Amino acid sequence: MAEQALTGGSDPHPALFDAVLELADDHLILGHRLSEWCGHAPMLEEDLALPNMALDLIGTARTLYDYAARQEGKGRGEDDLAFLRVEREYRNLLICERPNGDFAQTMLRQLYFAAVMEPYWAAAVDSPDAVIRGVAGKAVKEMAYHVRHAGEWVIRLGDGTDESAARMRAAVAELHRFTGELFEESTASAALVEGGVLPARGDLRGPWDRVIGMVFAEAGLEVPEVPFPQTGGRRGLHGEALGHLLAEMQYLQRAYPGATW
Amino acid sequence: MSAAARAWAAAAAVPDPEVPCVTVADLGILREVRIEDGVAVACVSPTYSGCPATAMIEMGIETALRGAGFEVRIERVLSPAWTTDWITAEGREKLRAYGIAPPEGPAGKRALFADPVVACPRCGATATRKISEFGSTACKAQYACTACGEPFDYFKCI
Repeated sequence: MAEQALTGGSDPHPALFDAVLELADDHLILGHRLSEWCGHAPMLEEDLALPNMALDLIGTARTLYDYAARQEGKGRGEDDLAFLRVEREYRNLLICERPNGDFAQTMLRQLYFAAVMEPYWAAAVDSPDAVIRGVAGKAVKEMAYHVRHAGEWVIRLGDGTDESAARMRAAVAELHRFTGELFEESTASAALVEGGVLPARGDLRGPWDRVIGMVFAEAGLEVPEVPFPQTGGRRGLHGEALGHLLAEMQYLQRAYPGATW
Repeated sequence: MSAAARAWAAAAAVPDPEVPCVTVADLGILREVRIEDGVAVACVSPTYSGCPATAMIEMGIETALRGAGFEVRIERVLSPAWTTDWITAEGREKLRAYGIAPPEGPAGKRALFADPVVACPRCGATATRKISEFGSTACKAQYACTACGEPFDYFKCI
């Protein structure tokens, strides 16, 4: 993206780089996870749908990385940020890096993420930051599609056969513990929320609960108690899964530094 | 013809690489072409965040403008976000003739699980059903007509 006319706020916040990087990491890592389904989905329509959704996320990530890199002003570009950082430097939410598991887990993970990002971007369309506003305007519509698509699958599987319902219940048991982190503010994002640049994550709890409640009610699923919520992604504390993902995603830049096409 | 009008005409005629029946002007993604210090500045809005055609479209516009004798700069405009509301009436007709159902109605906020009524671009029947929310490109969904039996692409309304 050599020629981009994206202009940021007139007065860049010192925490902007970190806060934008967090968002970019969420989108790249989940986008990469979805792309792993390409060629492996259980049916042709899903083989089209999942990479399409991955593209939405990776497209959003690219714009955010480009913006973060320019805020940083150290000569790094979007590719450097995506391909030349190690696990501890990644700031993504833990749920984004969770392995695809089966189709139930992939769709539930997508619903959990999209149901928080749709109201997030909806609130961000009024941001005083032009890049955030621009990204939000596109992403809010795309997230609405993701909520819808993933929500339909959660309902279909949860309210399906004994086998599909058992798998969906297992997915809830596996993934729900990562959802508390969706509503946590990092030091960087808290600073920008205070300045009105980014939406407050705490405000997203209500809309998220409503969508999940509605989908779960139709799917015959119960929202579980979470005795041990998992968190740490924003501080670079990740599960083993992220290292394996990065090993594959970053292979080319590590093996052939600076390669382009 | 003024330089700005000539530049617009050259850029506006560039076809979409994935839906070549319509031009970038028909789709409403070419927002503006202005002349700044002798340079043609083309403002382009991407359709979807990750649309792989975005770079090709920008290259196509740049090539067309250079062919018309201009120095070129492409500006990618994210805000306001592109919406299918910007597809011209002519563009919609071209899509339909090409076999792609154009987006239905204005891009408002939809009910979470409600589907629009989409008319078959071949026979005009509204007895159609959605096969998949996602189609061959990010901007399309797959539908089938239950009247004439033809599957078709629907240009999603966003």
